[in-house]
Amino acid sequence: MHIPLLLDLMADVAPDRMALGNLDGGLDFGAMRSNARAAAAWLATCGTDKAVFVGLNGNALPVLMFASGMAGCSFVPVNYRLPDAELRKLIARTVPSVVIVDDDMAARIEGIDGATLVTRSEFEARFLLASPAEGEPLDESTNDIAVLLFTSGTTGEPKAAVLRHANLTSYVMSTVEFMGADEDEAALISVPPYHIAGISAVLTSAYGGRRLVYLPAFTAEEWVAAAAREKITHAMVVPTMLDRILDVLEKTGETLPALRALSYGGGRMPEPVIARALDRLPHVDFVNAYGLTETSSTIALLGAEDHRAAFSSSDAQVRRRLGSVGKPLPSIELEIRRDDGTCCAADEPGEIYVRGEQVSGEYLHKKAIADDGWFATNDAGWLDADGYLFVDGRLDDVIVRGGENISPGEIEDVLRQHAEIADVAVLGLPCVQWGEKVAAVIVSRNPTLDVEALSQHVRNQLRSTKTPESWFFRDELPYNETGKLLRRVLKAELAKPD
Amino acid sequence: MDIKPGSRWKSAVCDAQLVVVRPPKQAGELQCGGVAVLELADATAPGGDVHPDHAGGVMIGKRYTDAETGIEVLGAKAGRGSLSFDGRPLQLKDAKPLPASD
Repeated sequence: MHIPLLLDLMADVAPDRMALGNLDGGLDFGAMRSNARAAAAWLATCGTDKAVFVGLNGNALPVLMFASGMAGCSFVPVNYRLPDAELRKLIARTVPSVVIVDDDMAARIEGIDGATLVTRSEFEARFLLASPAEGEPLDESTNDIAVLLFTSGTTGEPKAAVLRHANLTSYVMSTVEFMGADEDEAALISVPPYHIAGISAVLTSAYGGRRLVYLPAFTAEEWVAAAAREKITHAMVVPTMLDRILDVLEKTGETLPALRALSYGGGRMPEPVIARALDRLPHVDFVNAYGLTETSSTIALLGAEDHRAAFSSSDAQVRRRLGSVGKPLPSIELEIRRDDGTCCAADEPGEIYVRGEQVSGEYLHKKAIADDGWFATNDAGWLDADGYLFVDGRLDDVIVRGGENISPGEIEDVLRQHAEIADVAVLGLPCVQWGEKVAAVIVSRNPTLDVEALSQHVRNQLRSTKTPESWFFRDELPYNETGKLLRRVLKAELAKPD
Repeated sequence: MDIKPGSRWKSAVCDAQLVVVRPPKQAGELQCGGVAVLELADATAPGGDVHPDHAGGVMIGKRYTDAETGIEVLGAKAGRGSLSFDGRPLQLKDAKPLPASD
């Protein structure tokens, strides 16, 4: 079963229902499929099995995603925020490929052997603004890889996570009711196109019959304005976004009466933020979703009733569930395991393992799933006595800052190049605004080291989100007997909520 | 009858359309309204009668299963006939819809 089927079913039964874009001037499901079929017919002539997307969110994204599936191409959205050199390296890994690129980004990726560039304006002129003739559907391809997503791994070198058609369709069909959305429902998408939630939103919305509205790039002001103007009923945000949205609502007095459900995920939600949200938007159902790229999005969720019950409870056991990710989906098996592989007792932390058809647990050329189907998430967590899942963060030390995964190793590498730095450890510390912030612990050769100059040094080579916000100095760093840096020891020493 | 996941079928006797979500473990005949279903692309128009013993209807968006063979079918269009596999009625899968999380 391939992902275009999800669109086909809706386009067959409700071709006139709004599928994409603004209340005035959007596309219905019939038109979205016609456009995707036309784009697929073109892609099929390109002699490639990968369609890469480098650009901001927008209506081109779902059309290209479905067209890729129809044409037997894997869809590969890439993080346009990467520095040019890293972006070019990733695209070089996809060749031979067709790259649909925002016009103002094209110059950054010109001249990569095997990558055929097509500007977004050209793609949109042919397949979105025009009304292409309804093409004949193509035969289902033998390429069963629907999507490749580059994730930042522990080593810092991005891994290409493989999501097969069977993983994604299984996720959608087991979690969403076909055409279960009311006709006036609309989802506002502000997570970037290269994030798993951006992929799953396209698929679940099409299958459920919900209109997709895109925010090209997130700002809280524009999110609130679009939500009000487009009568948005559903949206997914990362914790950092929610905090800023609440600021805007408080400032403007906007109440978003059409909004029914707001889901959040992608990092630890500080309790003060969700408590403020429940208070400010009492008519909205809040859903906390936990999932990974390798699991085709959500594997556990905390629903609206659980939020309200926890929020209003004086029982500490119930109240703390506001910080949980709820219960595993019925279609997912989930276990917490000790290092020796045995299952943890209630409230005992261990590693989160999952199994289910939506779990791909696979990277290009490397399967990370056990023969019995269980996938080690590399996340630490625990289940309470009632089966609520609490996630403690990455077992390895990837920093999750505002939904972005940051590998400490690559920042350490940059700092280590500095002549006056003898040793360095980079780690994430709890932070109300971002979930985690980047902190650097330095062993310096120079007692009067200039922190501002160090920050600039990192910013020049990486980017601002990877620049440490807190700096600490030590005479030496803790290592174990095999020479491995004990990052967690440092973290425990330094972790004080700000 | 090649009942593959994702394959699409239509009732021979009513308006129902179906998608196979999960194939059966053993070969057999998928039926609607008591009569074998047709491939969606089949040009034959619905005709004949829904058998009174198989007239419970197919609902759009609902899934139907047979515990014995594991076949699971999605109602893609509603119809008057109800589903069976080798004469055995399929059961409506009672799945509480989950809240949207993407």
